[in-house]
Amino acid sequence: MENIYSLLDMLLPFEWLEYNFMKNAFLAVLLITPLFGVLSTMVVSNRMAFFSDSLGHAAFTGIAIGALAGIMSPMVSLIVFSVIFALLITYIKNTSSASADTVIGVFSSVGIALGLMLMSYGGGFNKFSRYLIGDILSITPEDLGYLLLVLIIVLAVWGGIYNQLLILSINSSFARSRGMNPMMAECIFAVLVAVVVAISIQWVGLLIINSLLVLPAAAARNVASNARQYHLISVASAMISGICGLILANYLNMAAGATIVVIAAAIFFITLAFKRK
Amino acid sequence: MFKRLFHQAESGADCSKLCCTKIENFTVKAGSLVIFENVNIHVHCGQLTALIGPNGAGKSTLLKAILGEMPHSGELKYVDAKGKHTGHPVIGYVPQYLKFDTSAPLSVLDLFAACLYKRPVWLSASGQLRNQVLEELARVHAADLIDRRLGALSGGELQRVLMALALNPKPDLLLLDEPVSGVDQNGLELFYSILEELQEKEDMAIILISHDLNMVAKHADQVVLMDKGVVCSGTPKEVFSHPSTRRIFGVLAGQGGKTSGTGFEWIEHKRHPRGCGCELCGSEEVQD
Repeated sequence: MENIYSLLDMLLPFEWLEYNFMKNAFLAVLLITPLFGVLSTMVVSNRMAFFSDSLGHAAFTGIAIGALAGIMSPMVSLIVFSVIFALLITYIKNTSSASADTVIGVFSSVGIALGLMLMSYGGGFNKFSRYLIGDILSITPEDLGYLLLVLIIVLAVWGGIYNQLLILSINSSFARSRGMNPMMAECIFAVLVAVVVAISIQWVGLLIINSLLVLPAAAARNVASNARQYHLISVASAMISGICGLILANYLNMAAGATIVVIAAAIFFITLAFKRK
Repeated sequence: MFKRLFHQAESGADCSKLCCTKIENFTVKAGSLVIFENVNIHVHCGQLTALIGPNGAGKSTLLKAILGEMPHSGELKYVDAKGKHTGHPVIGYVPQYLKFDTSAPLSVLDLFAACLYKRPVWLSASGQLRNQVLEELARVHAADLIDRRLGALSGGELQRVLMALALNPKPDLLLLDEPVSGVDQNGLELFYSILEELQEKEDMAIILISHDLNMVAKHADQVVLMDKGVVCSGTPKEVFSHPSTRRIFGVLAGQGGKTSGTGFEWIEHKRHPRGCGCELCGSEEVQD
């Protein structure tokens, strides 16, 4: 870790990067934002913005159950619960005749309500409030290691299933006619999003996590004309807003997560002006 | 002075030395409602069979039943040129509509690369892959569309791109559901000329749902008139002179030419090489 710190000092000798907690936050942004940039391409293409939002809500229940039951670490309980929740929504969405947004709406409300109910048990809600806003400055080197691991796994899975997801995003009966199993690809994607949301919610915060899953690709979609440009612009827009947001938040003493989202939104409106005809 | 071979293809007739697909006793029901019943169609490789009929006749449903997407009774039999049973034929399918988000940042190359190759599309395409896709597209005169966005294609262009996709892996049976709208006259002519090329170059049977009876009369080897079942089938001449056709498409009747009173011209033409051994070829020569 010391090596990385001194490397950062050498490459970026700026005042804002002087302290180690800022270096950690900077590295976290470099790991988290590409992850969100990549996943957001499919969240937007498959119209799953509401779905990813509900995963954030579900995470609340996961945290509460983990904290109350105390049988496993909150992180493990959070991930397990989010994955089950994501698979359940995907399954019911595909088998029930109710429309997707109704199903997700039901699950989303249950997730947040159950979470808040359990958290407020015994009047101890305040210690959970950091999950609402998120605090990227509190990230530790150990957490960074986990983030790196998640980034590598997500990119590897992404390389394997992206083509299928792309065909699925065009039309699900077209995907079936090409001999694919749409349910399988959708479940894998749902699990990926669930894990990423669960891992990053305490750094980014519930209130803004979904913005990061929507804004980068929404901006890229305005100007990209093929899948590669779409990815490049989405990742670039996520990283630029992440880094600029962190610096700005540091100088103006604001919440980093919210600042990042505001900059991502600004990028979206700029690309909207250049929208391809 | 052209000598043309008049090819009488009757459904149900036996075939030898040519691959053929038999659709036997297909019936599809939705609850107690019969969509169509007892459909028997027999198609040869190298032959274009046109399905015609009024709206709601069950044409598109028949294609879905052949694909296996629609529960049905009846059997699909496929025999290859050597007379061996090969079980289920490889089927290529071009849907009538492809409902998709037209604002999607997705190029024709992306679509092909995603459908046919393992390499994730977000890596840049290798020159080799690009050339392969160009080759596939060239078969349907669409090589210039490779970098266009899928959502920016016209109806006819999209249809050709989907046709190129349906041709890989190479099908024994190609099912085409022609779009009713969104294809202009030039696009239509190009589409049928591609079909002719396919019939000449590739050894596959084609079943086409068509709404343009003039084009059917010009290009089809066999015509099947459907209305909740097969009403009549045979060569374009036979079907268009059949009383049922006149009843169903009555308004178009009586417009001169070689029409037998249906308003549609046809050209007799050959598909099989002379002396191919097929009983159907019959070596009956017709002089124009």
